[in-house]
Amino acid sequence: MARAISTRSKITFTAVAWLIGLLIFFPILWTMLTSFKTEAQAIADPPVVFGFDWTLENYCTVGFRPNLYFFDFNEFCEGAPRSEYMRFLWNSVAIAVGSTLLGIVIAVPAAWAMAFVPGRRTKDILLWMLSTKMLPAVGVLYPINLIFVEADLLDTHFGLIVVMTLINLPIIVWMLYTYFREIPGEILEAARMDGAGMGQEIFYVLAPMAVPGIASTILLNIILAWNEAFWTLNLTTFDAAPLTQFIAGYSSPEGNFFAKLSAASTAAIAPILVLGWFSQKQLVRGLTFGAVK
Amino acid sequence: MGRIALRNVTKAFGDVVVIPPLDLEIEDGEFVVFVGPSGCGKSTLLRLIAGLEDVSGGQITIDGEDATGSPPAKRGLAMVFQSYALYPHMSVRRNITFPLRMAGMDKAEQKRRVEAAADVLNLTDYLDRRPGQLSGGQRQRVAIGRAIVREPTAFLFDEPLSNLDAALRVGMRLEISELHERLKTTMIYVTHDQVEAMTMADKIVVLQAGRIEQVGSPLELYRTPRNQFVAGFIGSPKMNFITGEEAARHGAATIGVRPEHLDVSETEGEWSGVVGVSEHLGSDTFFHVHDTGLAETITVRASGEVGFRHGDRIHMTPRPDQVHRFGPDGLRIE
Repeated sequence: MARAISTRSKITFTAVAWLIGLLIFFPILWTMLTSFKTEAQAIADPPVVFGFDWTLENYCTVGFRPNLYFFDFNEFCEGAPRSEYMRFLWNSVAIAVGSTLLGIVIAVPAAWAMAFVPGRRTKDILLWMLSTKMLPAVGVLYPINLIFVEADLLDTHFGLIVVMTLINLPIIVWMLYTYFREIPGEILEAARMDGAGMGQEIFYVLAPMAVPGIASTILLNIILAWNEAFWTLNLTTFDAAPLTQFIAGYSSPEGNFFAKLSAASTAAIAPILVLGWFSQKQLVRGLTFGAVK
Repeated sequence: MGRIALRNVTKAFGDVVVIPPLDLEIEDGEFVVFVGPSGCGKSTLLRLIAGLEDVSGGQITIDGEDATGSPPAKRGLAMVFQSYALYPHMSVRRNITFPLRMAGMDKAEQKRRVEAAADVLNLTDYLDRRPGQLSGGQRQRVAIGRAIVREPTAFLFDEPLSNLDAALRVGMRLEISELHERLKTTMIYVTHDQVEAMTMADKIVVLQAGRIEQVGSPLELYRTPRNQFVAGFIGSPKMNFITGEEAARHGAATIGVRPEHLDVSETEGEWSGVVGVSEHLGSDTFFHVHDTGLAETITVRASGEVGFRHGDRIHMTPRPDQVHRFGPDGLRIE
């Protein structure tokens, strides 16, 4: 039975929710604010919250100079940037999108098999796959590094895409498995009766029906791969270096680079933030899928 | 052609044997109904024929060729599922052409066949809709359309009407029977509803616990059930079974009399009891009679309206040639 909630408790809950939201968002907000300050203001004590001279200088320096049609950063910038944002951005896109798509190509048939033709050990395999996520990444740093050196894969897109695919594959398989489980098996059997082979069954029937689930999986994994720092920092130096390296380049023990570091961080998360904003609905659906029917 | 033969076919899921060794011949053009209570293995048997499940042993031949190991796609059979199993992301037209596209048939022939099927099934106006926009009966027709366009060797129906409401079910039952008359293709139909089985089948296969209890025409099963299970399963309302002295008098462990084979009288009869609930259907009246000293309840069917009320004494006489006798093993005694 629904119970009426009093106005006072509504206000209290709303206030608490906002407070928690703000608390979570605060580091990002602070980073964003700092990115518009001068280096001196960035470390001022007491800290300045809003009353500072807003500047785009840091963005100019780190090389984030997009022309957004309604606003062209280049108009405010003088001199050459210290780094090439676009090169890092491209590497991030290549690694995040590449590893996600490769993961999907491998995971769709795997999840299909687990959801529709489960064997006696399917549950165990699923759990075992997930258990690989519990291993601290640093535990396999040396072996992977050695393999990369031997195979000449250090600082290559291909090498990074393979590692990121392997890292996120358990999650991709799990997510797709959950989505596929919701699709009635009879429809796939109907496709089999209608003369579809295994490939046709997956391509013409299963995949189109699972489009929302596949889309959520792709989005979430692009974000995970985009934000992944441990492997990208350890396995790249220049050619395949993504935005994580771009940020790391401004974090140095010597000198005051807080404002530039903040600008680099903001510039690095901006694309994924925009992507996330426009696909919120899909993402929330993806994360809560199966929780409520 | 559509001759299907099962030889020594068995199916086990792990240690659980669902179908012990079983033989069955289905002739070309026959309408065969598998009927039995839930869990009797009738759907599993159908899925074995379809190739959706692998047999644990034995052989399945279609038109004399061994199909035991063939995938469903290669068996040339079409199936209509209980849930219709339409492709929700495709229009009705795409749904019906799907098997033809998979077979790589040319576009003109696809179009011709879809239109012919749509015409037969009254779906012409709905070809561009999605399954979600159709009623249950229309969806079932699309599923049938998808099955007939391929001109399969045989049709398999897995409880196709159980998701429809009663009125629609009777209508679709007739449509499927008419379809069979027109196409003369082998049809195998699974149902738990003995009325569907009786009205549609050329041949009924009664199953229990994976075993075939009896195979025969509807009237054979009705008139000469081979054992007590078939006798009780076929016919509605259920046959009355009487044990004890009265059965011994007939030289049997159990005797069975159908409700329609009891003559009723207010004054005299072989058996008598007190009327409990009566069900008035207009054309018939069913009386549930208690306190007969023979069985807990005896059901009697009387034509039209008969004037017995709750609590009245009723006398019943079984027609002598309609008393079925069964031995202690449940088998029929001739």
